[in-house]
Amino acid sequence: MLTVIIVLVKGLITAVLLLAAFGIMTWVERKVLARFQFRPGPNRLGPLGILQFLADGLKLVFKEEIIPTAADRVVYLMAPLISLVAALVAFAVIPWGPPIHLFGQTIPMEIGGPNIGILFVFAVTSLGVYGIILGGWASSNKYSLLGGLRSTAQVISYELAMGLAVTGVLIAAGSADLNTIVAKQYHLWFIVPQIVGFLIYIITMVAETNRTPFDLPEAENELVAGYHTEYTGLKWAMYMMAEYINMITVSGLATTLFLGGWHGPWLPPELWFLIKVALFMYFFIWIRATLPRLRYDRLMAFGWKVLLPVALLNTLATAVWVAVR
Amino acid sequence: MLSTVVFWIAAALAVAGAIGVVVTENPVHTALSLVLTMLALGVLFLLLHAEFLAVVEVLVYAGAVMVLFLFVVTLLMAGVKPPKEEHRLRLAYQTLIAGLFGLILFVLVLHGMASAGWMSTLAGPSAGTFGTIASFGTALFTQYLLPFELTAVVLLIAVIGVVVLAREQS
Repeated sequence: MLTVIIVLVKGLITAVLLLAAFGIMTWVERKVLARFQFRPGPNRLGPLGILQFLADGLKLVFKEEIIPTAADRVVYLMAPLISLVAALVAFAVIPWGPPIHLFGQTIPMEIGGPNIGILFVFAVTSLGVYGIILGGWASSNKYSLLGGLRSTAQVISYELAMGLAVTGVLIAAGSADLNTIVAKQYHLWFIVPQIVGFLIYIITMVAETNRTPFDLPEAENELVAGYHTEYTGLKWAMYMMAEYINMITVSGLATTLFLGGWHGPWLPPELWFLIKVALFMYFFIWIRATLPRLRYDRLMAFGWKVLLPVALLNTLATAVWVAVR
Repeated sequence: MLSTVVFWIAAALAVAGAIGVVVTENPVHTALSLVLTMLALGVLFLLLHAEFLAVVEVLVYAGAVMVLFLFVVTLLMAGVKPPKEEHRLRLAYQTLIAGLFGLILFVLVLHGMASAGWMSTLAGPSAGTFGTIASFGTALFTQYLLPFELTAVVLLIAVIGVVVLAREQS
């Protein structure tokens, strides 16, 4: 019974932290993006405009909820929920610190640590795509549908390369358990031996979260707003939350797999984890401000003809290296 | 205790999804019902400590195969109206055949349960090495090497077939 309560409490804390991080992240993104473009960004509400996200959230809550008449109501309402839930659940197995000792109990920082850790993250994130394709379909809007379909094709294609990039780490660590992978990086972060895997991972993680330059599903100059064209208010906000929480999850996974997880000198481990994740989040904004959007066929060709073969070779090379060593 | 509760919820959802596949008329709803069944099966695998199998069930079937199904269905079904009444009558005999096959399957399941001793008190596999990636891989590459390699050959044929078909199209 106690373990069930502990898991529930940890789940609640993690969900609240992730949602808070989402709010702050929207402000950070607008502010940093503004600096890239030589403008001040939000600066009216609170110091440096940091309370802007609360105002935005409040606005979205009171916005009129519009459901298209031709929409498939149940699926239309379910789709953003699927996206958000998948995003929240995926983070559950990522260890963001060493276990803590509280009231005579050893409590790991992650909500659950199955020995299939990485695969769990992939399984759950692969369900997140349902939110997008269903949202696009249920809206009964051709632009929404096309956005949803594009996203499906994109996510499935890049998921393969991402999985193979992670396989390299899996072979090198000899385990799929995220805690073991973190422990194996005590002396040497996997970014050094797995540099190819790391590069493939950071490209695919941008594609998987549908961010610029891979934000084809919501390319506004051709698809209005893609799969969430017909969504308003809180339902639209759920899609946004899912996108940002997915960014946090893939950043957390990158940290865990390639940057030694929560390991680091002097500072507390949780802070190290936060710093490393923040670096990846900054990277997301940075390339959004720098790179233009890819054309759709080039995006698919790049995924299948470049990333996938290179990731395969990397897996092969790692396997040989581990076998010979 | 908790696992019993989880079992009954997952089992009920699996059956509900299976019924949904048969009953729903909109192909997207049908696909979603099938996804529900697959997710529930994943939970059942987890209860049997088959962690790897559970994740593969979700990752491959729910996460990839059904997404591709939906991809095709949503693309092709855009603007297609549900079948007319006469079409439905023409397919009426299918209900009978499906019912017959369902009955046969049900009898087979009952037979299997009877030969295992109904509510057998046989302890299920315990946690530990069972169902982990390591034990799964070892079994696959030793005990079941031949079927595994044969499956690989079949998959290779499928891949070559796809390449050939795609070339002819363009």
